[in-house]
Amino acid sequence: MKEQPLTIQNGEADDQWDLAWFVDKAVQFIMFVGGISAIVFILSIIVFVVEQGFQFIYETLDFAQFFTSPRWRPTSEWNPTYGILALMAGTASITGLAMLIAIPFSLGAAIYIAEFAQGRTRETLKVMVELLAAIPSVVWGFIGLSIMNKLIIDWFDVPVGLTVLNSGVILGLMAAPIVTSIAEDALKAVPDSYREAAEAMGASRWQIIFHVVLPAARNGLLGAVLLGVGRGFGETMAVLMASGHAINLPTSVFDSVRALTATIAAELGETAQGSDHYGALFAIGIFLFIITFAINLLADLVVRDVRKS
Amino acid sequence: MSHIYSITPLNELNHRKDKLLRLLFLMMIVTLIVPVLIILGTLIYKGGSMISMEFLFTFPKNGMTAGGIFPALLGTIWLVAVALLVSVPLGVAAAIYLSEYALDNWLTRLINICIINLAGVPSIVHALHGFGAFVIFAKMGTSILAAGLTLAIMTMPVVIVATKESLQSVPHAFRVACWNMGATRWQTIRRVVLPNATSGILTGIILEVSRTVGETAPIMFTGAAFFLPFLPEGIFDQTMALSLHLFVVATQVPGVPDALPYGVALVLIGMVLILNSLSIAFRIYLRNKKKW
Repeated sequence: MKEQPLTIQNGEADDQWDLAWFVDKAVQFIMFVGGISAIVFILSIIVFVVEQGFQFIYETLDFAQFFTSPRWRPTSEWNPTYGILALMAGTASITGLAMLIAIPFSLGAAIYIAEFAQGRTRETLKVMVELLAAIPSVVWGFIGLSIMNKLIIDWFDVPVGLTVLNSGVILGLMAAPIVTSIAEDALKAVPDSYREAAEAMGASRWQIIFHVVLPAARNGLLGAVLLGVGRGFGETMAVLMASGHAINLPTSVFDSVRALTATIAAELGETAQGSDHYGALFAIGIFLFIITFAINLLADLVVRDVRKS
Repeated sequence: MSHIYSITPLNELNHRKDKLLRLLFLMMIVTLIVPVLIILGTLIYKGGSMISMEFLFTFPKNGMTAGGIFPALLGTIWLVAVALLVSVPLGVAAAIYLSEYALDNWLTRLINICIINLAGVPSIVHALHGFGAFVIFAKMGTSILAAGLTLAIMTMPVVIVATKESLQSVPHAFRVACWNMGATRWQTIRRVVLPNATSGILTGIILEVSRTVGETAPIMFTGAAFFLPFLPEGIFDQTMALSLHLFVVATQVPGVPDALPYGVALVLIGMVLILNSLSIAFRIYLRNKKKW
């Protein structure tokens, strides 16, 4: 990655084995430990989450039922069922609606910041976007619960405001700044010479954007969208508070739903450690981990592809 | 005879399309920002009356339907302190390794993928991990330590990314000059690279504090309690936390006066936005000061 320091012809032979040399080696080792700590933590997450869920998955879990049954009844006394289909539908509908809102708006915002805004306006907009991204998810959840809930009930004349619509809009607003800033980076990474060449050919601004910049930044933009999806998928508090938390296969945006993440957050505190219910929640955790890991990995591969070319 | 610079109807059309497009994208960014401003305004309008010295520095009263948020505020400070003590040294070391030592090989790629994933794993999965690893396996119980460690793992990528960026913005020539004077790698890093990067690292740390303050899910089962009548005395105690307190007064407690959760939300969002603005201002100041 970096150039090596000037090497001496005979390799390490000329090193002086003084204090500074030993300190240098010791520090290098410490930094290395810091570096691999990220790997250790990821392994630790895998090991401990799987460990807690393993017994349930191995002994009790019926995979077919787990993925295809909409009945999540872990506390039923004589026939507890663990089906996450409804929870998956909840997560998917909320994330889907959020992306429907976040993707066009944040791509538009990114294009405006990268291609149109200049100087002070651009700086201000970038700072605003960054501040939006900083609002904690529990505050978003509270906004959904208190402000959006009333608005939805008033505007659409529906009995309940904690719905797919509510949490989808909230999640969309949450994900948009993240997608915007990554997408803007991707647009910035397109060399100016591309734009200049197009301009010299007499292309107009919109021609440059749609025929030159966007195609060139395609992978980076895809990465941004993927990271947004990953973010929406894993969001917990906002979704828990704004979705209504009712187990439901949604048929419209005015249905209450329950998300995978929210289920864990709401129920883990009430379960006995080592019980089937407890194991089932960890099984959901493993599922979430696998999905988000795959999404992040894919985003990374897509973005890396850009840098290479 | 038409001049080559004269405006053709096609030019005219393109020009109009340009303007329209510009307006469209501007409206898009405005639609993202305006609702949030309205929301902030509502929070201030409804919660502003709650904010007082008494609110910040007294205990909750009457089953959390009245009184202040002091134990939650203090608990958040405890959690942030523990999280920083762990994640800053590790994160800075990781960034130094990646920026100064790492070669472009599979291990470095693996580390980078793991960092991306640490940031991308859902917060509730971090909570499950913290519960399984710290609360149960390491027998810490639900404590500030367990919650702080969970937060540390979750927010470490923020420090790593910011530190790496500021280390890499120090020109390579500085290092080469130092090496040629016979300095070891560590001497170079300590005397030349780090002094030129400290402010950038600080920016990252402030950002991490702001992230840590707002996280709720990871501390729910690892160390934060809904209500405690006393203050934590050490890292093995449970604590209240501001973010969880907002969740509790907004959803779990009946009979809370309307303004109370707005007040808590306002304090929380105020802390986060102030920290973030600080970090941004710091970054702009640095950029203007830069000598190379």
